[in-house]
This record gives sequence, C-alpha cells and structure tokens, in this order.
Amino acid sequence: MTDFSGLRVAVDIGGTFTDTVLVNDDGTVLATTKTPTTPENPTNGALEGVEHVLQVSDADWSGISGFIHGTTLATNALIERQGAKVAAITTEGFRDILEIGYERRYSQYDINLQKPDLIVPRELCFTIGGRMDVHGHQRADLDEAALPALVSALQRSGAGAVAICLMHSYANPSHELRLRDSLQKALPELSISLSHEVSPEAREFDRLCTTIANAYIQPLMARYLSEFQERFSAVGLTCPILMMTAGGGMTTVETAAALPIRLVESGPAGGAILAAHIAQRAQAGSVLSFDMGGTTAKLCLIDNYQPQSARKFEIARAERFIKGSGMPVRIPVLEMIEIGAGGGSIASVDRLGRVQVGPLSAGSEPGPAAFDKGGTEPTVTDADVLQGLIEPASFAEGRLTIKPDLASIAVGQAVGGPLSLSAVEAAAGISEIVDENMAGAGRMHAVESGKDLGARTMIAFGGNGPLHATRVARRAGVRRILIPRDPGVGSAVGFLFAPVSFEIVRSRYARLDSLDVSDISRFFDTMTEEAEAVVRAGAPVGELNYTRTAFMRYHGQGHEIEITLPDRSLEAGDIETLRLAFEAEYSRQFSRSVPGMEIEILNWSVQVASRTSEADAIAKTTAQGSAKPDRSHDILCEVSGERRKASIYDRGNLGPGQYIEGPALIVEPQTTTYVSADFTAAIDGDGNIILERLEGQS
Amino acid sequence: MSAIPQTRLQVMWNRLLAVVEEQGQALIRAAFSPIVRESGDISAGIFDLRGRMLAQAVTGTPGHINTMAEAVKHLLDRFSIQNMQPGDIYMTNDPWLASGHLNDFLLMQPVFHKNRVVGFTSCTSHLADLGGKGMGPEGSDIFDEGLLIPPCKLVDRGEIHEFLMEVVKANSREPIANEGDIYALIACCETGATRLAGMMEEFGLDDLDPLADYIIETSYKGTLDAIAEVPKGVYHSTLNVDGYEHPITLCATLTVADDHITLDFDGTSRCSDKGINVPLNYATAYSVFALRCIIGPDIPNNAGSLELFRVTGPKGCILNAQRPVPVAMRHSLGQMTPDLAYGCLSQALPDMVPAEGASCLYDLPLRHTPEAARDGGTTFALELVYNGGTGARPSSDGLSATAFPSGVWGSQIETTEAVAPVLITRRELREDSGGAGKYRGGLGQHIEMESATDEDFLVFLSVERVLFPAAGRHGGEAGAKGRIRVGHDGSDLPSKGEIRVPAGTPLVVATPGGGGFGPVLERSQRDVTRDLKSGIISEKAALGTYGYRGAGDDK
Repeated sequence: MTDFSGLRVAVDIGGTFTDTVLVNDDGTVLATTKTPTTPENPTNGALEGVEHVLQVSDADWSGISGFIHGTTLATNALIERQGAKVAAITTEGFRDILEIGYERRYSQYDINLQKPDLIVPRELCFTIGGRMDVHGHQRADLDEAALPALVSALQRSGAGAVAICLMHSYANPSHELRLRDSLQKALPELSISLSHEVSPEAREFDRLCTTIANAYIQPLMARYLSEFQERFSAVGLTCPILMMTAGGGMTTVETAAALPIRLVESGPAGGAILAAHIAQRAQAGSVLSFDMGGTTAKLCLIDNYQPQSARKFEIARAERFIKGSGMPVRIPVLEMIEIGAGGGSIASVDRLGRVQVGPLSAGSEPGPAAFDKGGTEPTVTDADVLQGLIEPASFAEGRLTIKPDLASIAVGQAVGGPLSLSAVEAAAGISEIVDENMAGAGRMHAVESGKDLGARTMIAFGGNGPLHATRVARRAGVRRILIPRDPGVGSAVGFLFAPVSFEIVRSRYARLDSLDVSDISRFFDTMTEEAEAVVRAGAPVGELNYTRTAFMRYHGQGHEIEITLPDRSLEAGDIETLRLAFEAEYSRQFSRSVPGMEIEILNWSVQVASRTSEADAIAKTTAQGSAKPDRSHDILCEVSGERRKASIYDRGNLGPGQYIEGPALIVEPQTTTYVSADFTAAIDGDGNIILERLEGQS
Repeated sequence: MSAIPQTRLQVMWNRLLAVVEEQGQALIRAAFSPIVRESGDISAGIFDLRGRMLAQAVTGTPGHINTMAEAVKHLLDRFSIQNMQPGDIYMTNDPWLASGHLNDFLLMQPVFHKNRVVGFTSCTSHLADLGGKGMGPEGSDIFDEGLLIPPCKLVDRGEIHEFLMEVVKANSREPIANEGDIYALIACCETGATRLAGMMEEFGLDDLDPLADYIIETSYKGTLDAIAEVPKGVYHSTLNVDGYEHPITLCATLTVADDHITLDFDGTSRCSDKGINVPLNYATAYSVFALRCIIGPDIPNNAGSLELFRVTGPKGCILNAQRPVPVAMRHSLGQMTPDLAYGCLSQALPDMVPAEGASCLYDLPLRHTPEAARDGGTTFALELVYNGGTGARPSSDGLSATAFPSGVWGSQIETTEAVAPVLITRRELREDSGGAGKYRGGLGQHIEMESATDEDFLVFLSVERVLFPAAGRHGGEAGAKGRIRVGHDGSDLPSKGEIRVPAGTPLVVATPGGGGFGPVLERSQRDVTRDLKSGIISEKAALGTYGYRGAGDDK
C-alpha cells in the first residue's frame, strides 16, 4: 500500500447517484466514482463510494485528512414531506402569520390556484403573550402564566418539533430563549428551533417559514449525521467531517445538525463553486455558469470568481418554476435560477399553435423517444438527435442505442403534424424555443440583479450544457464559452474548493444619517464572534477572511443593494464613505443616483471564511494548428438553416493549442460539445474547450 | 404563410414578452412609490407603428390592462411620427388618457431601427404625490386633486425638459420621490427601446409588421375560440356597493356574441361628489381582466386578444365618469367591477365563475396629524395594504386574506414598524367570516394597531363592503361584512372618510370575507371537521350553519 497522507475526499449524495472524489494534497484527482444512492440508508452508498476510491488508489482510511459531505437528504425530506410533525409558536395576536403570508396570488390569471402547503396546519399554530418592539425593547413581558397550558397543548398535539418565532426576536431574543428553556424542561424530547438563530432577519413570515423548515428536518438530519459520523469513524476515518452548505461553504456536523436548513441545495452550490474555481484559473472575471441536465437547467452569475449570493430562495413550489408559489427560506445561499429545460423536457403544441417545451420531463424513465425505453413524447434530446447533433453510435459510450426513427415519429406526430412541418423542421423549432427559454431566463435573472450577460464567459456543464451552449449563448449575446473537462461530474469536485465558512445576516434598522457607529460596531462584534466560533470548529488553525456587508436602500424603496463595509469597526467618517459607495453602486445599476433622498439600512451581515489558496492561471499554450477530425456527420445547421457536414472529434484525442472550426461535434463519454457554424473551438492548457463566436456575427 | 417560419415568429413573440417583463422589472426595481414596489402597480408594453399593442408585462395589478393601449393611440393622434426624433419621450397623467387618476404617469418612446421609427415602448407607473388633496376621496373636482399634465414631450432628443420636471416637483409633497419615479419611467422606456432594436438586429427584421400580424392574428383566433365556448346570450347583473355619501348601484349587461363580448354599464348610478368616480378606461381594465381570467387566460394581452372585449357605459355614470369629476380613489369601485362582470358571466358559465369576494383592497393610508407637523412631532406617511377573503371557487374554498382582483403584496409587521411609529397588536384570520357553502369563502382578517408614541395619527379610508357583503353563488352564503372602529367599544365607522386615532387607542379593522359557492349542506363533513378543528369556523357555526354531525362522520 502506498503511503498516502493529506488525502481529501468529497461525497455528494444525490437523488439517483452518489458521487465520490478522492484528491491528493496538491489537489490532483486520484479517483472518482458514481455509485447508486441507497435511499433506505444513504450512508451505505457513501461508504461504498469511499471504499471504492480508496481501493483503486491503493490508499488507506488513515491517509484521509479532509472529508467533505453534501447531501440532498435535507432537500428531499422537505420536498417529499418526510420530516417531523411540527408545531409553531408565535406572539399572541399573530397566530396566522403563515396563513396570511404576503396576501398574494402567485399567478395573476389563475382563479383556481392553490397556495403552497407550509407544513404546519393552523391547529398546530399556537401563540404566547409578550411583545418586543422594533428596537428590541420589551413592551409586554413573556406570559409565563400561560406556559402550562401551552405545554399541555403541545403534548396533546403530538408534535415532535417546534418552531418558535416571536415578533422582533432578531432585535431581542430573550423571550425566545426563555420560552425554549421552559419548554425544554417540560418536554425534554422536543426538538426546538428558534427563529433568531435560524434566520435573524426582519419579516416575520419569511423567518417563521425558515424556522419551520429547519424544525421539520432537524430530528431526521441530526439522526442521520450522527449515524454517518459513527459509521465512518468505525471503519477508520479519523478526521472531522465537514458538511457542504447552500451558501457554498463548509460547516461542522454539529452546526449542520442544529441548522440543517443550511444544507438544503448544497449540491448545485458545489457546481457553482467548481465553475468559480475554473473561472479563476481561466482568468474569466465575469461568468455565467450554465448547468443543463435531463430535467432542468441552472444558471448562476459569477463575478470576480465569486458566485452571486442571495439571502432567500423558495422550496417546494406549488407550481414548480413559478416565483412566489413556494415556501420562502431566508438563509445565505448561492443564487441560482432553475428553469424546467433539460434533455428530457417534453415538447407539445398549445391551442394557439405555439410550441411549448417543459417543464414536464420524461426524465431518465421512460426518457426521450429515441432511447427506446417506452417514451413516446418528443423531448429536447429527440430534437437534437433529429438535427444530427447527437451521434447515435457514440452516445453514452455506445451503452445506449439511439434510434432516430423513433425520435422522428414522436416529434413528427406531436409537433410537426399540428404545425404542418416536417419532423426535422419541428425539431429545429423545439430547439429554438427551449434555447430561447433558457437565454430569456438568464437575461431576466441578470436584469433583476442589475447585471448584464453580454460580456460574460459562459462555463457550460451537465449532460446537455455543452450541447446547447452555443445556441443559448448566441441568444443571450454571450460570445465566449468554456467547457471544462469531465463536464458531467461537477458538484463533488466543487466541494473540494469550498472554504469553511459561516455567514450571519441580521436585521437592525437604521437611517444612514443618524447611524450610531459605536452601536453598530458592537452589533458587528457579537455577530463576528458567533460566526468565528462556528468556523473555528471546522478550521481550528489558519487565517480567516472577514466580509462585512450592509444592505442599503433609499427610504421608500423595496430593493436593497449590498455594500461591502471595511473590515474594522465603523467610524463617524465612514458614513460619508458609505453614502458615496451606495450612490456609486446605485448609479451603476440604475443609471443615476437620487441626491437628497434619505438612505436606510435594513440588514447587516458578516461572513467568516477560512482562506483558500488562489487558483493559478492556466499556462499559456502555443497554437498547434487545426485538429484532425475523426469522422463526419450530417447536421441541420441552425445558423444557415441548411444541411451541412459537421466534423466529429473525440475529445480524448484533442490536445492543448488545437483548433476547430464550426460546425463540429466534440464527443466524450458523458456529453457532446456542439460547435455551431458561427463559433470556433480551441483547447487550452487545462484541456478546457474554449468556444469563441466569430467576429462580425451580431 | 409569411416568409418567416412559424417557430421563428414564436421565438420572437417570446422575446417580445421577455422584453416587456424586463422593462417592467427595470421600472419596479427603481421605483420609489411604495405601491409600485409592493404591488407592481405599473405597466410596460410594446406597440407597432399603427399603435397596436403587441406585448404587455404581466405585473401586479390589472388596473392598466389596455389603458395604455388607448393612451398610445391618443398620443399618436396628437404627435406626428414624422416629427419624432431618436431620444424623444412623450408623457401625460391625464386620468382619462392614462390610467384613471393623476398619480399614474404614462410615458411613450418611439423606437428607431435603421434610422426610422419602427414601433413604440410605453410604460405607466404610480407617482407618490401630485399635490392637491392627495390620495383620498375628499376632492370635489379634478382640479382639487392636483396637477394634471396634458400630453407633452418630456424628453427632446435625449434632453429632459427641465422646466416640466421642476413643475412636477414644485407641485408635490414628495418631490424627490416623484423625480426618481419619472427617471425610472424613462429608464423603462429606454430599456424597452434598446432591447427591441437589438432584437430586430439579431433576427434581421426591418419592420415589425410580419411579427405584429402573427401575434395579433394568433391571439385573436385563440380568443375567438375561447369565446365560442361561452353560451351566447345577454346576461344582466346588479351590485350594490357602499359608495361615499350614499350606496351606489352598479349595473351590467354582458352580451356574448359569436365573435365578441360586450359589457355595458347602463343603469349604473350617477357620479359621486367625492373622488370615488371611475373613468371608463379603468373600469374597462378591471372588468376585462376578470373576464379574461375565465375566457382564454393563457392568451397574452395584446391588441388581438383584447379587441374582442368591448366595454361601454352611459357618459356620466360612476363607471364612465366625465371631466371634471374627482377620481383620485377610482380603484375602490374599479376593483368591484369584476364581481359585477362575474354576476353576468356566472349565468353563462355556472361551473367556472367564483363567488363574490372582498375585492376592494383595505388600504390604510396613515399620516401624522397637522399639529405634529406644526409642533415638531413625528411626521410620517405610510400606506398599509390588507385584504379580505376571495370568493369560493367552483371546486375549492376561497383564499383567506388574499388580494383579488388586485395583485398587491401585503406588508410585513416587522418592516412596517421599522418605518412608521405604529404598533400592530393583532393580525389574525376572522373566524366564521368566510361565506358558508359547499365551498367556503376565504376569511377576512382582524387587524389592530395603535400609535407607538404618545401622538395621534390619521387614517384616510376608502374601502368597500362595510354595508354590502360579498354575496355567495348558487346557494352559497354571503361572507362577513367589513368593520372599522376606533377602540374595541367604538361605534362602527363608514367605509370612507378621515379618521383620527388617539394615542393609546387601537384602530380596529375587520376585513370582509368572501362569499360561499353552492349549498352549505353539500359541504363534506370532512371539510367541516377540518375547519372546526383549525378554528376557521366556530362550533356554533359548525352545528348551526353547517349541520355538523360530530367528528368521525367523514362523508
């Protein structure tokens, strides 16, 4: 056995597969594996995966000095409603925070819409007297006399977990803490989540929802994590396990067990972290990551090698891709938009004669019609097959037989027939629509973030990302695309580049003009101390990065702008600096500032993160001339609308510096990169494919 | 068949719809007026050279549907296309041209492509204050209500008309916010113009005609098909509403013909002396919205889908108010027109139309007292928005405390208390307020709030359904009426007027419930049990109204 030390392993448990990656101390990938996820006990699949990569690398448990784990278990428990029975306790007078929400319908013309199920039914919503005001001053003391009745009501309800969310608790948590102590004493088995710990931000509906979601998965995740840890130490793992969070950082198992809501959506976060790492090596400061799989496509904006972050997302949407139809969760997350567009997305024609693609998906079972596994509805993959963009013989290393005639029947019947188009014409239409949907969603996302897509490099991965990248990029105005190596794997590798980090966002309302800087400095000190303690548990030594942020807006506006603060206590002189920084950022986003308008600050955040080493830039390559095609294939070129011969290249045969003109297909086991006629492709020093749009193409 | 493939036309249509959504987002994000950012009270659209609307953003409130389309036609009559230059932008807030009251400003910009005008972008947004008596029903004519700007050129070849901007600011209590909102409107127009020209470049279009024809023909045909499914006939309905000085009767006649639908308001009461009158453009917007929720809701708003819905009314009736009557609070009654239209439509489509709902927003504009401003007390202005219950639907209960027909967002207590000196002490669903029926109406809510300081505050009310509840449909019962008091023992107040809330005394508001659908005795015992268990209905109502037979009887 080789004497390995300083090994690091990442395990990403997804819905279908568990991905495991083993790297050595300089980050070189030693082994990767994909094993089936074992839903009855996901730890089994994880153990199998790690044992496998150790075995093929001839390494030993004792050599592992870093272990990073991400799982969809928390997400799935929320989506599939497999969590605990949760009760909620709010301030007296506010039993219906959940029922009332934002008083809004998420779909304007849908008379029959149903609101999302927010986990806790009204009969499990309880209240207790006591009131804090917006400044955290007590208006009425906690009604301790009412506690015995509350305890017995909870007992009768059979709830195993409780979410406590009292008015303005982010400003003064003392009532929540006292209530927890009393309940814990009376009901020691009860799992309790406190809103000021889970999500200390103003807006009672969002905070309550987040606390409920946390309470709902807390018993399950605590059990899972403790068993996971025990099983791995039993076989010889000696290092601590770190958990991947939605914010793109890692945290300890203890923090994860207390705040499991932070684990939700950690898989996609890994993909964005990987894209950010590649962006840094490729020195691409402004990036759009594009991850298109079988069911959905995910887009993330990455600036200066940092994926865009947000403080809110939605889970369990009643209408999967409609904003506002889900349960809001307010925690720090990497912001991604998800569109119901993947290879399996089903195409149809609506009663106006418009082609619709997705969000329904044929998934992997029965899959696209061309897979001949029983699927009869036309999908995006079928359309790609008909346009010649998927070479039947090389698809999935030949393990899956592609039958273009079945694709032709499905597309012809469902789309071609109603529109009097041939199957191939209909296929081109399906592609146009789905590519426009993705590009449109990306443009909209950029606008909502005050950003632009045009100057970005797209980093495309996932099973269908490289195939649709040029077509989506053209519509989004993007001219440069990077296809990384092994574009089908991603998240697990991304975990290995994540820092140990923790972010706290907390509300404290202030007007900039009258900002009490010493008060805010004390406020920051407390937050920093809390975040630091969490990070130090996972990264006991080494330097830490601190990022302080204020969320500011003009008085009366609804949209807050993030302004980075200096990493030190604020001084009186900083107020003017902050005003200037806000006005500059506001002007950047909205073309002008509004002189004379008062500025207010709603939230403040601290992020503490272990320092990760910067990725080195990719070595320059020298041009090696045109690559030699392995064979060719007939395609329908979407640029000219005509049939053309496309050269086919096996990716494994391409070397740095080689150059390819479109139209061409670059095939590899998990995917195909389509080089459209208006693009060229070149291989960089890392083996990435760089696609560039030809000059003169608008 | 045109030379452009149909799927390409569809892609371009999708792109136009994306452009108007982008325009809408640009406007909402930069807006200052709270109702704009909380409720998306805006409109953004793209028009062809003939002034036909091709696409409109789906935003928070239906109050602008098609109002903009008429306004653009009017501006095109007034200003000749030949004289338009790149960077020109036109503007008006005339309620009878724009959107029913002075606060709504409409801008229109010609879009240039290859050195000639190819179409227009337009948008509407609510400005915070235009002077006069402000947002309230107290004006006795339009001149009392503030500044009216007739159609004019706001921006001339990229240069803003400074004097005009000064006039708008000088006539407002919120000059900085107004200026910010006008710049947001300009940015919205420019975003649309840039994107539209870019799209024409990308798709190699010289003009919009083939695309415009495709969008309008497709939508027209789709709407025609949808109308064909509605039984032909003439249907009448009447709705009694609170009004201001006295109750008002709204009347409608819906005629479903083979190739169009008309709604006429003949028989409706005359205008009020107070600012609750509704210009026809606004009454049209809300009633057409309601009809389109049932008839072809999947077809986007444009000249093709909208031209088949025609709304008329005798001049001078309260739903076709004529100059110079006051119109500031035109939304109070405007939001009731869906219930009026549904009264007709439910006769044609009994299984598709919901019962009446609370409908009118319970917005509570709060302000400091005059003496607070004079004596250096706390000054503030805040518009809180609450809702009652929606009517029960043909196959499900109504939604509790939810906006319909408007699409506003309610406010959160913690953020409200951060920006204004009020303390909200209760906000809970109102037991038994949903009209009983096979499907129950949505519940209203109880709201209690008081001054957070030792100062009084003022409320400017203009709500509905305090005298007349939301009626049930097909045997369903009415929802609870709205109720407004100062202090728990205070007497019931009318739905409109100014209220002074003394320090230490709560303002107590109960919003109305929605009407029920179908006979109450057809409600499943399982639903009754669930409502009883969760406190949606009282035991008394369960036993009395619902004929509850006790737990365990789950039929």
